[in-house]
Amino acid sequence: MRIPSGYGPRLSGAGGFETFSWYFFRISGVALIFLALIHIFLNHVATDVSCTSYQLVAMRYTNPFWRLYDWLLLTLALLHGMNGLRVVIDDYVRSRGWQLTLQSVAGLVTLTYFMLGTITLITFQTAGALGPGCLR
Amino acid sequence: MYRGQSGMWSWLLHRITGLGVLLFLLIHVVDIGLLNFGSKVYNEGISLFGTAAVRVLSMALIGGLLYHSFNGVRIILIDFWPKGARYQGVMFAIVMALTIVSFLPMAYFVMGPVFGWPTGNLRGGA
Repeated sequence: MRIPSGYGPRLSGAGGFETFSWYFFRISGVALIFLALIHIFLNHVATDVSCTSYQLVAMRYTNPFWRLYDWLLLTLALLHGMNGLRVVIDDYVRSRGWQLTLQSVAGLVTLTYFMLGTITLITFQTAGALGPGCLR
Repeated sequence: MYRGQSGMWSWLLHRITGLGVLLFLLIHVVDIGLLNFGSKVYNEGISLFGTAAVRVLSMALIGGLLYHSFNGVRIILIDFWPKGARYQGVMFAIVMALTIVSFLPMAYFVMGPVFGWPTGNLRGGA
């Protein structure tokens, strides 16, 4: 009955990147359930998505908590999702050369998006941005 | 034992919803990146999310995210709860039920403004 299926505990060879990846999926996944669902609730239920504006973001970001929140969501979602893509590429791409090529592209995309998101979150200026809008 | 049963469908759905949410994330980081170009550019770009067509896509995203969340908990229970594997089929049914039950009110709020349903979340007018 002990057939590796991707589900269930790893059978042998504990340690190494795949074991780390296995734990990372689960730990980041639990955190993301809260981070992502609260994020959706805030932007689609608490205020309608049409209220989202530069001014609303500015108001939120006067509190550094939301920058940290969004940065955690960005980082964990990106690593969780791109690690998932890595597994999918390994599953469907047979040629070693193509695997290496696609994994490298995925790695570069991860790094680029992480930097773009982080720079946006850090450099956004709230001063002077506050004006009328859908403010609470 | 596996092909065509709940274990296969839950796995396939988990993979498809995961890739779908990832695709949205890659778009979303770019649209948030519009903040770097000032309030006019950002507000014009983000206003797309208020259109009926993108609201329908948002519903797909939310449905996928809810499934992926609940099924993720199911996977963790299969891994760490000793009886998890035995109840995986039952848990899949619970995952589907929770997904649908939590999706419906979300869909109401997302589509409400298109149909003029009361949502009480348009404070100050858009």
